[in-house]
Amino acid sequence: MTDLPPALQVKLGLVIDLDTCVGCHACVIACKGWNTQGDAGPLADADAYGKAPEGAFLNRVHSFELTPETGPAQIVHFPKSCLHCETAPCVTVCPTGASYKRVEDGIVLVNETDCIGCGLCAWACPYGAREMDPVEKVMKKCTLCVDRIYNETLPEVDRVPACVRTCPAGARHFGDLGDPDSAVSQLVAERGGYDLMPDQETGPVNKYLPPRPRDAEIDILAPFLEPVAEEPRGFMAWLDRTLERI
Amino acid sequence: MHPAPSLIAFSLLSGLGFGLLAMLGLGIAAPEGLVGTVFWGLGLGLSGSALLASAFHLGHPERALKAFSQWRSSWLSREAWLASAAMAVFALHAGLITFAGWRIAPLGWLGALLALGTVGATAMIYAQLRTVPRWHHWSTPALFIGHALAGGSLLAGKTVLAGILLIALGAGQLAAWWLGDRLFARSGTSITRATGLGVPDGIRLWEAPHTGQNYLTREMVFVIARKHVAKLRVIAAVFGYAAPAVLLLLPSVDHAIAAVAVLCHIFGAAVSRWLFFAEAEHVVGLYYGRGR
Repeated sequence: MTDLPPALQVKLGLVIDLDTCVGCHACVIACKGWNTQGDAGPLADADAYGKAPEGAFLNRVHSFELTPETGPAQIVHFPKSCLHCETAPCVTVCPTGASYKRVEDGIVLVNETDCIGCGLCAWACPYGAREMDPVEKVMKKCTLCVDRIYNETLPEVDRVPACVRTCPAGARHFGDLGDPDSAVSQLVAERGGYDLMPDQETGPVNKYLPPRPRDAEIDILAPFLEPVAEEPRGFMAWLDRTLERI
Repeated sequence: MHPAPSLIAFSLLSGLGFGLLAMLGLGIAAPEGLVGTVFWGLGLGLSGSALLASAFHLGHPERALKAFSQWRSSWLSREAWLASAAMAVFALHAGLITFAGWRIAPLGWLGALLALGTVGATAMIYAQLRTVPRWHHWSTPALFIGHALAGGSLLAGKTVLAGILLIALGAGQLAAWWLGDRLFARSGTSITRATGLGVPDGIRLWEAPHTGQNYLTREMVFVIARKHVAKLRVIAAVFGYAAPAVLLLLPSVDHAIAAVAVLCHIFGAAVSRWLFFAEAEHVVGLYYGRGR
């Protein structure tokens, strides 16, 4: 049933550090690669080598420019994928029961053989976390790499979501946010991790860590440089005057 | 939101069909003999073709029966049950009247309740979505049911009732447009709340995650030229509500005038329903640089 499970003990999710993310999109590619080539695949594209390529992705990186009232402007890279919400609106709107939230770990999944491709769950998600597969015509979303994290045939170091495993900056953390003593919960407490769109009351499990403020003065060489001459002198001044006269 | 032709056709036809069936079921219109058969056929035909139109919106229509399973939580599932129940009750009611001459009034009332329930459930599919503040309001089911009642009485040939209902519906639609323009700001969702970053004037999308379109931008970040909204609203209000109301309240209304009123209303209501989808802003647009 698409009823939501009662309050869960284990809440697996991601913590994304906006201070550390460099915007390389490696997580986007690792996610696409794992989910199109693995057991859960394909994660299809339409017109992949044509004029208007388009495809389903489960993770995307937006980049925002912040201009604070004082201090220098700042670019913040903003990875976004399913937040595995506690009161997931995408689950309750599903007419077929294809969308569900797992009782054992809180992961939100789609049973693709039950999906009729009506798209209502994607409308209900405020984060844009669900995309229709253009070939299979069923809804796709982040599985938190459920086929990696419990997979005992993989080395233990690989039993994390593909995006987390690949991130070269260490900006993505995976763990149990239902356990206040877990490393991810400690990180959230320490760095002031927050929810996206709290007014939508979705209770996202994934948390975001805010970027640290940049130093106000960053150009340490500027005081040592001579200002460039504003007015031309010598030959350039004569040329300037002559050209003015013509 | 993307104004999908299948959804516009579905919601419009189902409103007209179930509205007409409700009028017939309540006995407000009780045509006899062959005319009665034609009316029942029209009502059932419109509602049935609406259900077919809705199936065109699905990626996997062959799995449509699965949509009956989640009635406890899903308005789409409830809509499927209510629509099927209404069609079944009216098919029985119409059959008994046409072939046996038995008019069992309570059966008609039950059908009317289910028909209006279906229209209400359709509206709730949209109204339940907190992600689309323009829809997330009680005015959405009110207007859908209003369209069904006005359109149904118009098709049923109840000229005076339809004229009065169209005037009320037009006033309601104008109020809903005025209100709808304010609901996004009132919802509290903004770019700063969406990202948790910055101050409203100090944040903008610097680079989108993809250079082309994707499912999200086509489906939910649909933007119509703002300059046309006012004109389209005038067209919808004049053709959908004002003109047919004036025609129907003329001292004498013959079949030709009634037919013009019906065509006017359907055209105007289609424009109005197109605007319902096209004007609706989804909060995910904030991540794509739309709005604040």
